[in-house]
Amino acid sequence: MKTNTRIILICSGKGGVGKTTLTANLGIALARQGLKTAVLDADFGLRNLDLLLGLENRIVYTAQEVLEESCRLDQALVKHKKEPNLALLPAGNPRMLEWIKPDDMQRIASMLSEQFEYVLIDCPAGVEDGFKNAVSAAKEAIVVTNPEVSAVRDADRVIGLLNTHGISPVQLVLNRVRPKMIASQEMLSVDDVTDILSLPLLGLVLEDEQVIVSTNRGEPLTLNGTNSPAARCYSNIARRMQGEEIPLIDPSKEGSGIRDKFRRLMQTKIF
Amino acid sequence: MTLRDILNKLLRRQPTSASTARERLQLVLAHDRSDLSPELLDKMRKEILEVVAKYVEIDLEEGAVSLETEDRMTALVANLPIKRTVTGAIKLKENDDE
Ligand SMILES: Nc1ncnc2c1ncn2[C@@H]1O[C@H](COP(=O)(O)OP(=O)(O)O)[C@@H](O)[C@H]1O
Ligand SMILES: [Mg+2]
Repeated sequence: MKTNTRIILICSGKGGVGKTTLTANLGIALARQGLKTAVLDADFGLRNLDLLLGLENRIVYTAQEVLEESCRLDQALVKHKKEPNLALLPAGNPRMLEWIKPDDMQRIASMLSEQFEYVLIDCPAGVEDGFKNAVSAAKEAIVVTNPEVSAVRDADRVIGLLNTHGISPVQLVLNRVRPKMIASQEMLSVDDVTDILSLPLLGLVLEDEQVIVSTNRGEPLTLNGTNSPAARCYSNIARRMQGEEIPLIDPSKEGSGIRDKFRRLMQTKIF
Repeated sequence: MTLRDILNKLLRRQPTSASTARERLQLVLAHDRSDLSPELLDKMRKEILEVVAKYVEIDLEEGAVSLETEDRMTALVANLPIKRTVTGAIKLKENDDE
């Protein structure tokens, strides 16, 4: 097993906050930087990563056949046509949930780490067995959350569990940020969330309609170098993962009209 | 607290929903992180009040024990209003055995 492979769990507790979208976009963005990257769909119950990457029609074998030793790992890996540095290991049949154990996930992760520099694990929602299996294979984690009370609360639960599993570092991605709502103080700000969760921020992702367009097409935003707001955020995150220092987009600096300036003034912290 | 929060207070308007969210999260996370049941917390509150009431006169109705959290550290905070005499001095309990 190569020891310098970064095996990163992408998790959230709550469902629908943007884990799979982040996994797909970071996978492509890291691969575009020339890094050999594998994305592992650990959401065996509700697999979607294949769909977001546009690879759903090219799946022959899955993690299930690899574990049963009825195929080799490289037969199950689906290489991305446009970005050959990226490969997907698809989730097997949902019935896998009945027998898969932490040991199985560790076996898959150690096989992948022989060939890849990055292994990104798309974690299922919840904090039960699916999460526990996935976390046992990971070294680091990215916690995805939205600036909403329920998502932040669930993220906090997951952070506690990651700590007890000895995962480190654990970093935060705040997804679906709406600068206008933050400015009028009808949405938790980036600082609010990082203060409450006391986690280092790896990046934020702006709310962006283009995310939906790209999922329709099965082409992650980071694939064609588009310049939509979320696309910029995803590539910044991928570059920060590689140690580059890239300043955060400051949502409160978006907009320069007199109204925006007034909103900014009203956001001044007094105490 | 932000300028807008202060303005809202002065105008007796509702606080912004972001500041309500902040406060609610801080409370709920303190409980989630501590794993203490409300019953246990209430039992602790009663016993703490009893101990303190042995020495000073406190307002038993007003006393509150709560959990607060910052930087993933949880603190048990007791707020026990002490009754004062007319001159402002703290009312000590007169214990015969001292
Ligand atoms: N930054 C964003 N802007 C707009 N929509 C988003 C954004 N991130 C995610 N979404 C949408 O949110 C939904 C849930 O995303 P998904 O990645 O499937 O979440 P999860 O894997 O955590 O369940 C999808 O419909 C996706 O298109
Ligand atoms: Mg998902």
